[in-house]
Amino acid sequence: MSEIDLFPLLLSLRVATIATLITTVVGVGAAYALARFRFPGRGLIEAVASLPIVLPPTVLGYYLLVVIGRNSPIGQAYEAVFGRPLVFTWQAAVVAAAIASLPYCLRTATAAISAVDAGYEEAARVAGLHGTRLAFTVTLPLAARGIIAGISLAFARALGDFGTTIMVAGNIPGRTQTMPIAVYDRVQAFDYTTAGLLAGVLSVVAIVVLLGVRRLERSAL
Amino acid sequence: MSLEVDVRGRIGDFHLDARFALPRGLTVLFGPSGAGKTRLLRLIAGLDRPVDGSITLDGEVFDDVAGRRHLPTHERRIGMVFQQPYLLPHRTGQANVALAVRGSDRHARRARADELLGLVAAGELAARRPHQLSGGQRQRIALARALAGDPRLLLLDEPFNALEVPVRRRLRSMVRDLVADSGVPTLFVTHDPDEMRELAEHVLLADHGDIHELRDIEEIMAGLDDPRTPG
Repeated sequence: MSEIDLFPLLLSLRVATIATLITTVVGVGAAYALARFRFPGRGLIEAVASLPIVLPPTVLGYYLLVVIGRNSPIGQAYEAVFGRPLVFTWQAAVVAAAIASLPYCLRTATAAISAVDAGYEEAARVAGLHGTRLAFTVTLPLAARGIIAGISLAFARALGDFGTTIMVAGNIPGRTQTMPIAVYDRVQAFDYTTAGLLAGVLSVVAIVVLLGVRRLERSAL
Repeated sequence: MSLEVDVRGRIGDFHLDARFALPRGLTVLFGPSGAGKTRLLRLIAGLDRPVDGSITLDGEVFDDVAGRRHLPTHERRIGMVFQQPYLLPHRTGQANVALAVRGSDRHARRARADELLGLVAAGELAARRPHQLSGGQRQRIALARALAGDPRLLLLDEPFNALEVPVRRRLRSMVRDLVADSGVPTLFVTHDPDEMRELAEHVLLADHGDIHELRDIEEIMAGLDDPRTPG
């Protein structure tokens, strides 16, 4: 058995953490808008944002390649600013993980915010609060348990992404090879011991996250 | 005159038609459940919009449907106590009141909150969170919060309904004294004749969404035999 390479684990943690930060800002912001405002195209936004749950990860990866590839406007803008392409870098893995995990945060947070009794917000509005102060003082704290559960699920999903990541970031050992891809890579090389070890570590992280979510959902405020 | 209301509202099949000028002092909005009392308060607070008419306070337009004007709730500078206290569960009594105090100086806001808590005999509850309080204590803090923004108008929507009789009596007399001391015009909703008798200087009658009959309490008390008046 060869010495265990920690790079995939560390990369996965880095990618999942940054992706989750992005997901949290975008997902919770969008969830607040979806739960509290009525505007045209609301249903469409919700449907498109949920696509990553139902689409095969490779299809999602294909779309992402089209959107952030070297010939796309976004890809070219990135290259103009940073001097190198976005695709097949660990940053592309962050984009893949963020998109793949977004609906888990968005849907859970939307449900949690929708469930907040509007009476609290009305009482706060009469008391002079509005806008972001109302959101951060009243609505989001009251929905905190559900929001944290959504963020945790998004983190677990980001950590485990395979298909989308391999499409846009590839499988470059020491550069873009995340944990799930390393498991695949080890199995291809008939190194089942390392594959099993990596799979075990990922599973433990996932179980810890799910137990945490369960505890959050059960705990009283 | 402080508050002038001339509005029509509609929620589903329910039609509200209200026209009155609120006098100074404490006015009880009296009528059975479903007569439109809460609906009217929500319109005055700007939580719902009228389909027609206008609402002004001291000449400032709150709503004017024809002129397409609607002042958002947070700019109306009024105080309101709902049937439920709606205190933030993650904040202390003091913090709940301080939220409604105007100004950016945190210490000054806390000091004002403590002062208001003292006013509603809840000084010792400042550090407690809502789940550590009784129903009456929560409503007292909600009352302090309603006073915290230096309101030009107080709206109290059956605030003591869920409480036991002795607690209700104490809080009623507290409200009466507070309104007398502050001079803030107050609209107090109730369907309880005892509460009306004890509190009212004036009575506004609500009947099937029709709210325009304003009377002095003496007139109501004198006319108890009249089948049109509650008693």
